[in-house]
Amino acid sequence: MKFNMNLKTILLVLFASIALSACAAKKSTGDLEGDVYTGKDTVEYLAKGVPDRIFFATNKSKLTTRSRDTLRKQATYLRKNKDLNVTIEGHADERGTREYNLALGERRANAAKDYLMTYGISGKRISVISYGKERPVNTASTPLAWSQNRRSVTVKVN
Amino acid sequence: MKKIIIFFIYSLFSFEFANALISVDITRGNLDPLPIAVSPLHVDPKSVNYKDIKVKQLGEKISKIVETNFKNTGLFNPLKKDAFVQKPDIAHLKPRFEDWRLIKAQALVTGKLLVKDEKLKVEFRLWDTTASKEMIALAFTTTPSNWRRVAHIISDKIYERLTGEEGYFDTRVIYVSEEGPKDRRIKKLAIMDQDGANTKYLTLGNELVLTPRFNPANQLVTYLSYFRNLPRVYLLDIETGMQEVVGNFPGMTFAPRFSPDGKKIIMSFAKDGNSDIYTMDLESRIVERITEHSSIDTSPSFSPDGKFICFNSDRSGLQQIYVMKSDGTNVKRITFGKGLYGTPVWSPRGDLIAFTKVHKGRFYIGVMRTDGTGERLLTENFYQEAPSWSPNGRVLIFYRETKSGEGGKGFTAKLWSIDITGYNERRIPTETDASDPSWSSLLSK
Repeated sequence: MKFNMNLKTILLVLFASIALSACAAKKSTGDLEGDVYTGKDTVEYLAKGVPDRIFFATNKSKLTTRSRDTLRKQATYLRKNKDLNVTIEGHADERGTREYNLALGERRANAAKDYLMTYGISGKRISVISYGKERPVNTASTPLAWSQNRRSVTVKVN
Repeated sequence: MKKIIIFFIYSLFSFEFANALISVDITRGNLDPLPIAVSPLHVDPKSVNYKDIKVKQLGEKISKIVETNFKNTGLFNPLKKDAFVQKPDIAHLKPRFEDWRLIKAQALVTGKLLVKDEKLKVEFRLWDTTASKEMIALAFTTTPSNWRRVAHIISDKIYERLTGEEGYFDTRVIYVSEEGPKDRRIKKLAIMDQDGANTKYLTLGNELVLTPRFNPANQLVTYLSYFRNLPRVYLLDIETGMQEVVGNFPGMTFAPRFSPDGKKIIMSFAKDGNSDIYTMDLESRIVERITEHSSIDTSPSFSPDGKFICFNSDRSGLQQIYVMKSDGTNVKRITFGKGLYGTPVWSPRGDLIAFTKVHKGRFYIGVMRTDGTGERLLTENFYQEAPSWSPNGRVLIFYRETKSGEGGKGFTAKLWSIDITGYNERRIPTETDASDPSWSSLLSK
């Protein structure tokens, strides 16, 4: 009897952990579209409902539909706060050569800047800096971490 | 950097018999290193201690450095000293060749030194034990604090005599020292002798610094600094510690290198998301635009004659290597293999370009001819890049990063070197983690 009880507990624990790990696996794949991060784990907010960052595919600086949506929210916010200036930081993941990544980060930050400008934000209010792969937000060497690091982040400067 | 004055007093060797004597072929991977006996240098009893240098141990110490240099080339096999039967002073005068042959030494290095009147006088000889002949004999005088460099110069002279190629021991490496967690790395410029001794830190770590490169004349270094959060190319005088920003660019400048004559800096300038290649003349301050393309153009490196530039561009869609004339005309793509190619660096001999290749998530250091043919991949790893050439064009130094776990656990960055034969891959010791190495040219030339 006692033995049976124990077995039951073990089985229960086993089932629970299988269910949990399945959940975790599902979640991490759910956070990627292609290799572009779509989750919210690392995202901060300029204001309620205004995410501060957008994500990119490997070696790319093209804006995704989701990124453009985020940037339009940022533009609306910046239009409402006319005295606010921002810096856009461009970043790359650790899987590229350092110098190319510096250029890539610069290109990503400018892609975001250009989009904000097409929505009426003056270029004078936006400065741009590339950190290449120097400032990862997730320091693990995993595809998920790399996708979170391929980003451009809009930061308030005043 | 203190200038060292070396007086070559005499050279007894006559080169007539050169062909008959031992030599080492360094063009192929050497699986049968030359057995060499490095006898401790005999210390003249008239020697007196100089500052904190104890003269008694100096002969032993110098021979140890020479041995380590030889061992690290992979071309030589320095023999254990406990098998040596002849005393250093007697061996230096006239070796009993049969005794040295008995312990299988094919070459023998002997020498003596005297520290007196604040001077270090060194004399050394290289002997061919099979032919029973002296191959080289040199003497020079310098300040005693230069004793490590003396060991490197002796190594260079012997390496030159045995391989027919210039040595690379009396050289230094500038690199980026790294400390702290992966997302908040403290990076400083650091310089050390090629064997890892005499490390000095040139910046304090207050701002991010990257990609230092030597000027061929060695007193100057160009690098990228994020001083005041403005990433710009800087110039640093190692002797005086003076730093200045290069040019007045309204945006990020990066990926700097010197021209072979040291008069220009070539670099990337990023404007509105587009990086192109520019040069600036350090004397006239004249800036020239070399490439004009909507793609990323970066990592430029001159050919040693200054006539060509190799660089990295993604104008074909992804990172590839291109070569052009130094005025920016005649651009030709040279890499067509599978994968991405970056960080091209022209060999000081002019015959090869070293590069980083990324293929199926693995990183390779390789070399190819300057037209892109004859690609040879020398080493494969999880992450490695940024090769820099030894001044004789035989060895590459680069950095390697390890895969990290959650929270950056287990992350390291280290310097490594490999012969262009693909043999002799080894760690270069550094006090801290390290990246972005750049090898100087020979200090005493």
